[in-house]
Amino acid sequence: MSVSVSRLLLGLHSDGRPVRVDEHLHLHGPLPAPLDRRSLLDAVERSGLRGRGGAGFPTALKLRAVAGGRGRKVVLANGVEGEPPSGKDKVLLRYVPHLVLDGVQIAAHAVGANQAIVAVSQSATVELAVLQNALRERAGADRVEVRVAAAPDAFVAGEETALVNAVCGRPPRPTATPPRPFQRGVDGRPTLVQNVETLAQLALVARRGPAWFREIGTRDEPGSALVTLSGAVGRPGVYEVPLGTPLLDLVAEAGGTTEPPRSVLVGGYFGSWLDAPTAFGCDLSEASLGAAGATLGARAIAVLAEGSCALAEVARVSRYLADESAGQCGPCVHGLAAIAHATASLTQAGNVEGKLRIRRWLDQVAGRGGCRHPDGAARFIRSALEVFADEIALHARSGQCPGRDLRLLPVHRRHDRKAA
Amino acid sequence: MSSTLRVNPIACDGHGLCAELFPERIALDDWGYPIVDGSPIPRPLEQHAQRAVDTCPVLALRLERLTRHDR
Repeated sequence: MSVSVSRLLLGLHSDGRPVRVDEHLHLHGPLPAPLDRRSLLDAVERSGLRGRGGAGFPTALKLRAVAGGRGRKVVLANGVEGEPPSGKDKVLLRYVPHLVLDGVQIAAHAVGANQAIVAVSQSATVELAVLQNALRERAGADRVEVRVAAAPDAFVAGEETALVNAVCGRPPRPTATPPRPFQRGVDGRPTLVQNVETLAQLALVARRGPAWFREIGTRDEPGSALVTLSGAVGRPGVYEVPLGTPLLDLVAEAGGTTEPPRSVLVGGYFGSWLDAPTAFGCDLSEASLGAAGATLGARAIAVLAEGSCALAEVARVSRYLADESAGQCGPCVHGLAAIAHATASLTQAGNVEGKLRIRRWLDQVAGRGGCRHPDGAARFIRSALEVFADEIALHARSGQCPGRDLRLLPVHRRHDRKAA
Repeated sequence: MSSTLRVNPIACDGHGLCAELFPERIALDDWGYPIVDGSPIPRPLEQHAQRAVDTCPVLALRLERLTRHDR
């Protein structure tokens, strides 16, 4: 039995071309006449929609915070998705751009914005072109003008203060908070920074209402969500499933595992490793994964096989995360570099102190940046030390690895060098 | 009303003077950047905290008043 649903990913073309505006209106119906702002915000609140970019903040609260600011507001749709193991936002932008653009219009109405920007990575050239074309298709139909912005390809560019800087033409680096963008964002105006999947969900809530939205998912985490599944599964890719779907069911939907699974990375590169039995006992909800010590985040999930060398994977991603530091905060710059170096050394024979040193440094970097980059990197590496304790001990004893580096976890090409 | 120390990690360059002046609440990490204990500062120590704040060459350290809404 299939666990996939088609709410966001309704009516996808098998040849991969994007859903045109007329097809989109046929599939979803026209956007309803705008509710008054209060009714719209109430509907979003009753839907229980939470941000789909990773942090899971209640969308109604965020909309209200921006709406309550002074003057005209800005909507900044975050489609940057700098995280290599995640592809869900690119899928939305590429195949169903009008659902995202509907969500931008609804969000603009909800917060009182007269300007909207959709930000996408500059390397996402297909998505940028599809968006531009979709905007041409809608010309004249939108109340708020939308601009497409290409953001630099940096992991940290998706962080909301960094994204505000990027679309304002400054380097894509986080700034000290407060103020947060909902207070002072683009051009100093209150800015709603919202993930593109959240906006697409918002477009569905506006059409179908909160009761419909809650028909699937769990009571506390209602609705569907996009999951990017990669690694040792038959058909890696982006799936739309109800929140609360057992991970095992999703993996089965993706053709099952291709090799005996060893462990699962949940929540992307700011997420946690779980050993396979633990992960496959969880469902896709913060409640279930939280109880196992992990977070769902932006729902990038990678299955690692028995035959792959986990330490090589972890070392490569550690190096990537260190290189992707914005370079502003000492503990992040120096700490992540030291940790990446020490993590790469875990494969060497006789390295019995490496793990202790890494633990000490993880304690020193977590919570000490201007943004959450060091915290996320620390969570990833800390969980690897737990889950791969046996592998680490084996490498330290013999320097031998029974596995191979299958390079299951992607990093952007400029970082893709062999771990030292 | 009491106060607490906060460091702006983006502004901080790791000069380390704060830790020398106020070791009761500020330690340095392995790279020389301050690890600030954010708990409320007792009245008798406030002068030391203020001196650490005033000495920071890049104004990265602040003494913040805790309102009753804070922890």
